Amino acid sequence: MSWEIKNDRPVYIQLVEELEMRILNGTYTSGTKLLSVRDLAGEAQVNPNTMQKALGELEKKGLISSKRTSGNYITDDEKLIRNLRTELAVCEVEAFCGKVKKLGISKEETIELINKEEF
Amino acid sequence: MSEILKCTGLTKKYGKLVALDNIDLSVNKGQIIGLLGPNGSGKTTLIKLIAGLLKQNSGELTVDGKKIGIETKGIVSYLPERTYIPNWMRVIDIVKMFEGFYEDFNLEKAKTMFDNLGIKFNQRIKAMSKGTKEKLQLILVMSRDAQLYLLDEPIAGVDPAARDYILRTIITNYNPEAAVIISTHLIQDIETVLDDVIMIHNGRLKIHKTVDEIREETGKSVDELFREVFKC
Repeated sequence: MSWEIKNDRPVYIQLVEELEMRILNGTYTSGTKLLSVRDLAGEAQVNPNTMQKALGELEKKGLISSKRTSGNYITDDEKLIRNLRTELAVCEVEAFCGKVKKLGISKEETIELINKEEF
Repeated sequence: MSEILKCTGLTKKYGKLVALDNIDLSVNKGQIIGLLGPNGSGKTTLIKLIAGLLKQNSGELTVDGKKIGIETKGIVSYLPERTYIPNWMRVIDIVKMFEGFYEDFNLEKAKTMFDNLGIKFNQRIKAMSKGTKEKLQLILVMSRDAQLYLLDEPIAGVDPAARDYILRTIITNYNPEAAVIISTHLIQDIETVLDDVIMIHNGRLKIHKTVDEIREETGKSVDELFREVFKC
């Protein structure tokens, strides 16, 4: 899996987003141990201190917990994961609806279009 | 974090030409720093001063609190911009020389990197391409367990795959007790690997910020900012 770091925004924010996505979509299984900071940094080709900072953000959100000697673990709080996933999905839907509305398409038409999409 | 490198009012002149003009700089252990600037801005001069190959005209320069000398050379691992390994040698000869010369040379580290980059101990330097020589030299320098690595244009001549490997090596060799200073023009390739960026121009320090500070403040990558600041 590739890490795409774009040019226009701070690196650590992009790392937080990518890691969060991987936890929420189950790429990183809840309750399991995360790779070491160094290995994650190596994989993403980023500075280890920046990766550490990103992991710190995830810890604040409760998505990972660090155990003193044995590294970082993904949370096993399924409810938290579900809630965050819904929260993110709501944001995406809001943004999407905003755009479709601009095109002058009605809600019914939009829903019809969504139903045609393969999921 | 404690300081590994400190410059105060550092000035170096070549005759009338001022190569470095009153540089104040501090680098902490555990940092990976990009030293950037257009051609002739003073990057190599700064690196050579830290390595102890040149002497400043004025100002203070210390590595781990000590003035540049035998002691600091023992903890500084320096990759020059040109290769210096004699052509008559085989890889094993230069490895033995490094092992005998530097107390902190880590043979296991070197072996792993030679394996990964497909360099054999019995290979002759004479028969190597420019890029392979550069890889060899970088491996030797990175194989020391030093406290300060000075890499002058380490990735310019190697292919993109080897470049990725080298950057990954710098990341996975990361040691909170050591700092790395990389001078390069290939900013795009390395900027996500850096903590701080130091830009110098005409011997003066223009910018010393973290990569994310630059991105946050300007909405641009370091590479884009460089092109803008030094537009010709």
